[in-house]
Amino acid sequence: MSGAPLGIGIATAYLSIIVLIPLALVVSKSTEGGWDTFWNAISSPQATSTLKLTVTCSLIVVAVNIVMGTVIAWVLVRDEFRGKALVNSLIDLPFALPTIVAGLTLLALYGPKCPFGINAAYTKAGLVMALLFVTLPFVVRAVQPVLMELDKDMEEASESLGASKFTTFRRIVLPNLRPAILAGAGLAFARAMGEFGAVVLISGNIPFETQVSSVFIFSQVESNNLVAAAAISVVLLVVALVVLVLISLLSRWAARHEL
Amino acid sequence: MSSNVGAIPRIGAKPKRRRARRRLNAPRVIGLTYLGLLLAAPVAMIMYRTFEDGITPVIDSLTTAEAQHALWLTFLMVIIAVPLNTIFGVVMALLLVRKRWPGKWVMNALIDLPFAVSPVIVGLALILAYGNNASIGGWLVDHGIEVIFTPVGMVLATIFVSLPFVVREVIPVLKEIGTEQEEASETLGANSWQTFWKVTLPAIRWGVAYGVVLTMARALGEFGAVSVVSGKLSGQTETLTLRVDERFEHFDMIGAYSASMVLAVMALATLLAMNIFKKEDS
Repeated sequence: MSGAPLGIGIATAYLSIIVLIPLALVVSKSTEGGWDTFWNAISSPQATSTLKLTVTCSLIVVAVNIVMGTVIAWVLVRDEFRGKALVNSLIDLPFALPTIVAGLTLLALYGPKCPFGINAAYTKAGLVMALLFVTLPFVVRAVQPVLMELDKDMEEASESLGASKFTTFRRIVLPNLRPAILAGAGLAFARAMGEFGAVVLISGNIPFETQVSSVFIFSQVESNNLVAAAAISVVLLVVALVVLVLISLLSRWAARHEL
Repeated sequence: MSSNVGAIPRIGAKPKRRRARRRLNAPRVIGLTYLGLLLAAPVAMIMYRTFEDGITPVIDSLTTAEAQHALWLTFLMVIIAVPLNTIFGVVMALLLVRKRWPGKWVMNALIDLPFAVSPVIVGLALILAYGNNASIGGWLVDHGIEVIFTPVGMVLATIFVSLPFVVREVIPVLKEIGTEQEEASETLGANSWQTFWKVTLPAIRWGVAYGVVLTMARALGEFGAVSVVSGKLSGQTETLTLRVDERFEHFDMIGAYSASMVLAVMALATLLAMNIFKKEDS
């Protein structure tokens, strides 16, 4: 078809103007002052503390999501109870709800006016909770279709041979779910690393306490410290990229060794 | 009859134990409790807090000039970003699935970039490209177009973050329908434009619709990227999400809750549409 080169040209230009050129400029800005400036920006005590907190929280969030996401997917596929359809559509709520509203929603219950006396505002616990809220659907929605397709024959054979429910799950079901769980976990990690809207209200932005990297970058941009903001952005992107590659390697390795 | 059966201990005990086990369904209890504490309870609470003092303060807060402007600006973001990303998404999906060209695999990887980048970094990237002191931005300012701290930059940010949805939804559908019908149409003498409108587009319509809904949800709700480039001028460069933040900072909780409610209603409509399109798709 004759229209293809024109289409490729226009689509590439669109992507370049909006995404590629601006992102390339972040990388080039980060090295504008040379390697020393870059290193100083990312090794300042405040920057390292935000990076450490961001990675730690993201890892906690991924661990919880792996367990709870699998449990919820299991319940939605294998369990029967009234209101299951409603629960199933509720899972997508964190994707549909704007992140700033998600943060405010959590604060409405677990904030200073909490009726049970749980005040998670300005704490690391609140931070983790906000990240759990926005990353909830990733593992659930990755595992659910695989679980639906899974044949029950092997599980029934395992149970009739005397294996307990948990053993059957661990030895028969889990190996089949592992790639999907890891894929969901990877997406959740990337999202947690960069999340801004949901954490900005609940974290309170206290340096060395609850300030994550995205909020730190925001404050650097506001004080017109663009080189430092770009440097930390590059680190954040690299960490997210490395973890995504590691996870895909891990899932390939696990598949090869039939773990 | 049941009392007769109950008189024999062995048979009577068995169903009882089974019933007890069914009641103690650990995954269900754990899963639903988690969802209740993380999702349902906070959502119920924010609804209660919004309407605690009745509906009048909510209406008052939503009918201020600033709130109306924020609502209008949010719609503006959607009206511009969604059609552009839909056209781009369908064209790009067709190019990636149906055509061979050099650099295709690079493009396929690059499309997902907006999903991997923090919204704050999106904002920073746009400032570095289109800020008044930046290379492209400076040239644009010389030609009378200011991008950063204006709605133009906010639209760019919205397009950036919602760009991959339609492409990603349409690609699998295109792969699944195959090329047979398109080839038949062309053999019968239709040109490629007619084939697209009469054969391809009807076949992928639910994929497109689902992608459009996801794009819309993201465009309505984007906060981080828009916030960085907006300059946060109340009544000028403030969308609904930015207004939630601004009202919260001013300790106007009813204002923050009311704007949130409007966004939440839109989110619920999105969720409903997602479920409808998912059913149509399968």
